[in-house]
Amino acid sequence: MPKKILIVDDEPNIVLSVEYLMKREGYQVATANDGQTALELLSETTPDLLILDVMMPRKNGFEVCSEIRADPTLSGLPILMLSAKWREAEVKKGVSLGADAYITKPFSTHDLVNMVNKLLKSQD
Amino acid sequence: MTTTLIVILSLGYLGMLFAIAYWADRRADQNRSVISNATIYALSLAVYCTAWTFYGSVGRAAATGVGFLPIYLGPTLIAALWGTLLLKMVRVSKSQRITSIADFIASRYGKSHLLGGIVTIIAVLGIVPYIALQLKAISRSFTILLTYPEVTMPNATDSLPLLQDTTLYVALLLALFTILFGTRHLDASERHEGMVAAIAFESIVKLVAFIAVGLFVTFQLHDGFTDLFDKAETAGILNPLIVDGMDGYENWFSLTLLSALAVMMLPRQFQVAVVENSSEHHLRRAIWLFPLYLFLINIFVIPIALAGQLTFAGADVDADTFVLTLPMAYHQSTLTLLAFLGGLSAATGMVIVETIALSTMVCNDLVMPVLLRRWKQIPPNADLSQLLLRIRRGAILLILLLGFLYFRLAGEAYALVSIGLISFSAVAQFAPAMIIGLYWRGGTRDGALAGLLSGFSIWIYTLLLPSFAKSGWLPVGLLEDGPFGIELLKPQALFGLTGLNEITHCLFWSMTLNIGTYILFSFWRTPRVNEATQATLFVDALKHQRFLGVGLWRGTAEIDELLHLAERFLGARRAQAVFQAYATRRKIQGIKQLPADAETVHFAETLLAGAIGSASARVMVSSVTAEESLGMDEVLNILDEASQIRAYSHELEKKSQELEAATRELKEANERLQELDRVKDDFMSSVTHELRTPLASIRAFSEILNDDPEIELNERRRFLGIIVSETKRLSRLVNQVLDLAKIESGRADWNAEDVDLLEVVEQALASTEQLFAERGTQVIRETPNSACMVTGDRDRLMQVLVNLLSNANKFVSEKSGIVCVGLHTYHDRYEISVADNGTGIAADELPNIFEKFRQAGTASNKPIGTGLGLPISKRIIEHLGGRLWAESDAENGAIFTFAIPKKQNDALPPGETHAEKDSDRG
Repeated sequence: MPKKILIVDDEPNIVLSVEYLMKREGYQVATANDGQTALELLSETTPDLLILDVMMPRKNGFEVCSEIRADPTLSGLPILMLSAKWREAEVKKGVSLGADAYITKPFSTHDLVNMVNKLLKSQD
Repeated sequence: MTTTLIVILSLGYLGMLFAIAYWADRRADQNRSVISNATIYALSLAVYCTAWTFYGSVGRAAATGVGFLPIYLGPTLIAALWGTLLLKMVRVSKSQRITSIADFIASRYGKSHLLGGIVTIIAVLGIVPYIALQLKAISRSFTILLTYPEVTMPNATDSLPLLQDTTLYVALLLALFTILFGTRHLDASERHEGMVAAIAFESIVKLVAFIAVGLFVTFQLHDGFTDLFDKAETAGILNPLIVDGMDGYENWFSLTLLSALAVMMLPRQFQVAVVENSSEHHLRRAIWLFPLYLFLINIFVIPIALAGQLTFAGADVDADTFVLTLPMAYHQSTLTLLAFLGGLSAATGMVIVETIALSTMVCNDLVMPVLLRRWKQIPPNADLSQLLLRIRRGAILLILLLGFLYFRLAGEAYALVSIGLISFSAVAQFAPAMIIGLYWRGGTRDGALAGLLSGFSIWIYTLLLPSFAKSGWLPVGLLEDGPFGIELLKPQALFGLTGLNEITHCLFWSMTLNIGTYILFSFWRTPRVNEATQATLFVDALKHQRFLGVGLWRGTAEIDELLHLAERFLGARRAQAVFQAYATRRKIQGIKQLPADAETVHFAETLLAGAIGSASARVMVSSVTAEESLGMDEVLNILDEASQIRAYSHELEKKSQELEAATRELKEANERLQELDRVKDDFMSSVTHELRTPLASIRAFSEILNDDPEIELNERRRFLGIIVSETKRLSRLVNQVLDLAKIESGRADWNAEDVDLLEVVEQALASTEQLFAERGTQVIRETPNSACMVTGDRDRLMQVLVNLLSNANKFVSEKSGIVCVGLHTYHDRYEISVADNGTGIAADELPNIFEKFRQAGTASNKPIGTGLGLPISKRIIEHLGGRLWAESDAENGAIFTFAIPKKQNDALPPGETHAEKDSDRG
C-alpha cells in the first residue's frame, strides 16, 4: 500500500514539480492550492505526510499547522514545511507550531525526497 | 528748691536704677532673665533718645521748626531693614562673641588689631563731645532748677573755678555709677542684663516725663493743639517755624541718612541692639515698637516749642530748656521735678551705655593689643581678669573726664543739637566697612582702613576743626579764607562745594571718600585667607545655621593650656564652670577628657573673645596652640564648597535636562530610522521571498530533468516551458524591483513631453492585442475623436495602461472575458478607465491593492504577476500629478481608473487646476 502525501501550495509550478518527485518515489499524491482546501481534504482522508507551503491565500501554512496539531484525529501526521520564508525566526516558528521538518525554497530535490523518506520511515 | 532736695532726688533716682539693675542681674544669675523680653529690648533701644532729644529737640524745633524730625525719621526708616541687616549683625555677633562695634569691624576683616584700634579711637573722639553734651544737660538742668520758681539762664560755666563746677561732680558720680553698673564682674558674653533693665526703665521715665510736660503745656496752659497753634499763628511764630523751617531737601535727606546710620553705628546702639540682644525674635517687635516710641516722644516737641516761645516772648530763655522751664514758670513743682528726672534719665542712660561700650572697646581693642605685644604674646602667669576690670574702670573714668574736659573747653560754643550731629557724622564713618562688609565678600582690611581713615580725616577737617575755630582755639580765618588762603580747601566749602549745611557737606565728602577708598583699596588685592574666612562667615551669616569657622582650623592644642588661658582672663572658678558646661554639652564627662580639637579651640577662642575681643582672643589662643596655616586655596575650597556644590548641581540639572531632551530626540530619530529600516527590511524580505518562488520552480525542474534523462519528450517540453516562463517572471520581477526603487528614490528619468492620450490608448491596446487574443477576451474601446493632450512621460503612461490591461485580462474568464477601455474628458482632466467582468476584488482587499506584493485573487486563479505592477503604476500616475484608484463589485468585476490633469494651456487657468487637483486627491 503506497503512502499518501498531500501537497499544499498556491504556486502551480511548485505543486507540479513536488508532485512529480513524490510520484517518482512511488507515493500516492493529493494536492491543494490553499490552506482552507487542505484542511477540508484532511477531514475526509488522512494522508501519511503533509508537504505544506506557508504563504497561501485563505489560510496560511502556520495556521493550518497549528489546527492540525490541535486536532487529536490528526495526531502523528508528519508535516514538512516547504516555504520561501527563509528567516530563522520563521523557521523556528514553523517548528514550534509542530512542523517535523522545514525546508526553504529554492530547495534541493534530493534533500526534499530524502526528508520525506526519512519522515515516513520514522513513522513506521 | 534747695540743692539738698535736688541732690537727694537725683541720688535716690540713681539708687533706684541701681536696685533695678541689681535685681535684674540676680534674676539673670538664676536663669530667670527679665530682659529676655521683646518689649524691654525695644525700650532699651530707646537709649537713642538722650538729653539731646529730651531738651534739644525743642531747641531745634524752636530754631528750625520741623527740622528736628529727620533725626527720628532716619531710625524709623532703617528699622524696616532690621529684619535682615540687624538680624545679620546679631547672628554674626552671637556666633563670634562680638563685644563691640570695633570688635565687629576688626573681626570682619580678619580679626585685625589695627582696625579695631582705629575704630575705637574714632569712636572715642567722635563720642566724647556727645558725652559732654549729656553732662552739660545734667548740670544745666540742675543749675536752672536751683532758682525755682525763678527762670534764669545760668552763666557760662567756664567762668567757674574747676572744683566748683557741678559738671565735674556729675561726671565723677556717673563714672562711679557706670563702674558699678558695667564692670562688677567680667562676663564672658559681655552682657549686662542689669544695665539693660535699668535702661529700659529710664526709657519709660523719660517718655512719661516728656509727655507729661507736653500734656500740661497743650491741655492745661492751652485749649488743646488747635488753640495753641492759633495763638502761635496770632503771635506770628507759627509760620516761620513750620514753613521757613523747611531746610533744603538735600539737608533733610542727609540728616535722615545720617541718623539712620547713627542708630546702627553708635557704640551704645550697637551695645543694646546687638551685644545685649538675648533673642533674635525680639527684633520683630523692635521693628515697630522702637519707631512708635520715637513717634510718641516727638508728638509734643512742636507744642512745647511754641508754648515756650509764647510764654517767654522777649525773655532770655534758651529754647533748649523749655521742657524744664515751662513747668517752672507756671509753678508746677512736681511736674518740674518729673521733667528734671526725665532729662536725667535721658542723659544718664546714654552716658552709662556709651561709656560701657567705649570702655569695652578701649580695653579689648586698644589696651589689650598693646599689652599682648609687651608680653610677646604670652601672658604672665597671673589672674588677668582683675587687670581687665581695672582697665575698663579706668577707661570709664577717663572717657567721662574727657567729656567733662570737652564741656569745659567747648561746651558753650555749640547748641546741643549740633554737637549731637557732629558725633553722628563721626560714627557714620563705620557704615561702609560695616554694612558693605556684611554683603560683599571682596572687602579687605586695607579697604576698611583706607575708608575709615579717609572718612574720619574729612570729618576732622570739615567738622571738628571748624568747631575748634568757632570755639576760638583756631584762627577763624581758616574757615573764611581756607588754610594758607587757599579757597578750594575751605573746610566748610571743600573744593568749592557750597550751599549745603556743614553736616550735609561733611557727610557728602566723607562718605564719597570713605566708600570710594574702601572699594578701591579692596580691589587692590584679593582677600587673604583670614579675611576671606571671616568675610564668608559674615556675608553668609543668615545662610548657615551653625558657625562655620570650626571647620577652618587645623593644628594641635593641649586642653590644659586652653583652660589655663581662660582661667587667667576669666578667673579660675568661672573658667572651670564654663568649660565644664561646655564638656557637658558635648556629652563628655570632665574637662580633662575634652578633645583639644578644632571645636574646643574655637570654643576657647570665642570664650576669650567675650572678655578681650576677638582679635586679641585669636592671638592668645594661637599662642598656646600649634596652628598649621591653611593655604588660601584650601580655605577657599572649604568656603566655596557649598556654593560650588550648589552651582554644580544646578549645572548638572541643566545638563541632564539637555541630555534628556537630546535623548528624546535621538530616540525619536532612532524610531524613525527603525521604522524605515523595518519598511526596507520588509521590502527586501518580500523581494527575496518573491524571487525564491520562481527560483524554486526553476531549480526543481532543472534537477528533475538533470536526474532523469529518460523523461518523456512531452513531459520534458512542459518542464522546460515552465523553466523558461519562471525565468521570464524572475527577470520581470528584478526589473520591476529596480524600477520601483528608482521611482521611489527619485532617480528615475522622466520625460516631460506633450502626450496625446488617444495615442497611448491605441498603442497600449496594440501591444496587448496578443494577450487578449490568447484568452479570447473581447476588448471594447470608448474614446473621443479629438486629441487629449497632457504633459507627461509617454512610455510611463504606456506602462501603466498596459499593466492595467494585462491585469484585467488575467482576472477575466477565458473566452467570455470583456475588457472595456474608456477615455473621458473633464474640464480640467482626462480619466482613463479599464473595466473588466472578471472576479472582482473583495471589499477587504480593496484598500491594500496598491501595496507591494499584494496580489488579489484566490489560489484557484492565482494571477501570474509580480505584485509590483500596481504599486509602480500608482507611483507613476502620482508623479505625473494624477490619481489612480480601483472600484470593484465582486459580481461585476473591477474598474481601475487614472486621472491625468490636462496640459496647462489646454485647461483652465493654472490656479484653478491645482485647486481642482488637490480636491480630487482629498
